[in-house]
Amino acid sequence: MEIIPLGDSALIVRVRDRFEDAPEETLNTVLRAFQQLQGAAIPGVIEIAPAYTGVAVFFDPTSIANAAKTSDDGFDWLATRIRAATGSVADSGRKLRSASRTVEIPVCYDPEFALDIDDIARRANISPSEVIRLHSSAEYRVACIGFVPGFPFLAGLPKKLATPRREVPRKEIPPGSVGIGGAQTGIYPLGSPGGWNLIGRTPLRLFDPKQNPPTLLRAGDRVRFRAIARDEFESVKR
Amino acid sequence: MSLFVERAGFLTSVQDLGRTGYRQFGVSSGGALDSFGLRVANLLVGNNEAAAGLEITLGGLRLRFEDESVVSWCGGEFQVQIASTALPAGHAAHVQAGGRLKFDHPQIGCRAWLAISGGIDSPPILGSRSTDLRAHFGGIEGRTLRDGDQLHLGNVRRSQSAATANISSWTASHDWVSPARPKPILRFIRGVDWNRFNVSTLERLTSAAFAVSADSDRMGVRLEGPKLRRIDESDLISEAVAPGTIQVPPSGKPILLLGDCQTIGGYPKIAHVITVDLGVAAQLRAGEHVRFSEVSLADAHRLLLEREREFERFRIGIGLQTK
Repeated sequence: MEIIPLGDSALIVRVRDRFEDAPEETLNTVLRAFQQLQGAAIPGVIEIAPAYTGVAVFFDPTSIANAAKTSDDGFDWLATRIRAATGSVADSGRKLRSASRTVEIPVCYDPEFALDIDDIARRANISPSEVIRLHSSAEYRVACIGFVPGFPFLAGLPKKLATPRREVPRKEIPPGSVGIGGAQTGIYPLGSPGGWNLIGRTPLRLFDPKQNPPTLLRAGDRVRFRAIARDEFESVKR
Repeated sequence: MSLFVERAGFLTSVQDLGRTGYRQFGVSSGGALDSFGLRVANLLVGNNEAAAGLEITLGGLRLRFEDESVVSWCGGEFQVQIASTALPAGHAAHVQAGGRLKFDHPQIGCRAWLAISGGIDSPPILGSRSTDLRAHFGGIEGRTLRDGDQLHLGNVRRSQSAATANISSWTASHDWVSPARPKPILRFIRGVDWNRFNVSTLERLTSAAFAVSADSDRMGVRLEGPKLRRIDESDLISEAVAPGTIQVPPSGKPILLLGDCQTIGGYPKIAHVITVDLGVAAQLRAGEHVRFSEVSLADAHRLLLEREREFERFRIGIGLQTK
């Protein structure tokens, strides 16, 4: 485990060097560290957020210095507290405090929404309907939420479907669009620019700032896509 | 209590000290890009330091106050006038009911923070009144101000009415209220990916001047200059970034992230501008040049702690004066 300053008011607790080699085990290790750090409630720590191989810890240097009771730098004090809180992290890929949820997300793969499905099919040398079958039969896990609020980066994409991002990103992608970027799949919660290959759209809302928590998904969730017809999409959307 | 926006100006938004606790959901911290400037301005009008104010970019703002208010501001070298009287940065002044206040185009810098007694009372969303312009929530309907907007103000505390008796006698130091510099130098600590860059690139970071690109906003300042090159160009796994992070995309042109930056990023992080210099970074304007100089993490913390101690004395001083 490495603790690396991310500026003077944040740090990264890196628990693994790589993600793709063992996504499931890495994610469990990261989430466990995330939960341990939340549980530790270290004074001066403002917020904690997981991503792929580590956990970011944001802190208030003034509160840290007061808590550390040293005249100079509280960073070492904080690092020691973090190591203590995550002490058992290295040997614990398996047990998480709560079993992760499984969320089913309906996706309409209608050609109007699946702008890049032919490219993906051609590249994989399979039919578009096989792309849909593969995409909607796999189980995914939310590796992290980011890029824009509520955007889930989903690990577990069938290898055949991996497709590099588009060379020229689209200026505006409609909310709910489901895409493939490299070895991952994800969902655009808001209208935004983006370079992922679009294969469908969900009628569900992934980010709602009036709710708390504001996102449909959290890091660690298991996700399944269910193919739906256009009329079901329209009725849920309404 | 309210005020009327006669001219919204180039880009004005409601901002407070931003959001905490929602990065795990991909929500940016946001808030005033110079949060220290907003805190100082808030104290000068008798507000809680965290009250929401207006962030003004490049001026053009005209306000009409429906009720008598106290105002103060911090930021770039703007001409600010109440009716025809100039209001310098870091001073507080009354505006009469029906009175007008205007911000003209700044000589140096590009942003200012205006505090108004009572604070802007837009509904808090996810614990903050800050406008998230990228995700379109917070502030006034998640957008920048428009001509004709009516802004509601919070209730003024009783101690604030007392403060209005002698508001002009307490001012904040020049460094705090006017962070814009003609030849800005930003101090940084080494980035998470410092060792991924070759020695000549690291040398360039501290010796060259970088031009601020017009393609800059509240998410980040894009910089043009000598290309910064990594030792190897393999893809990195996305991890957390923070306001102040300087990341280097494959183009070799660094991006200095500001308050509305994404929560994670996959570009290597060469350096991080220290917190006490973020107010200077928030003043960077297209076409001007900026330089960087390295400090230790311990120095970054010492500078921040010193400023916070002085701020605490300032808070106590103002508190005594308004009793």
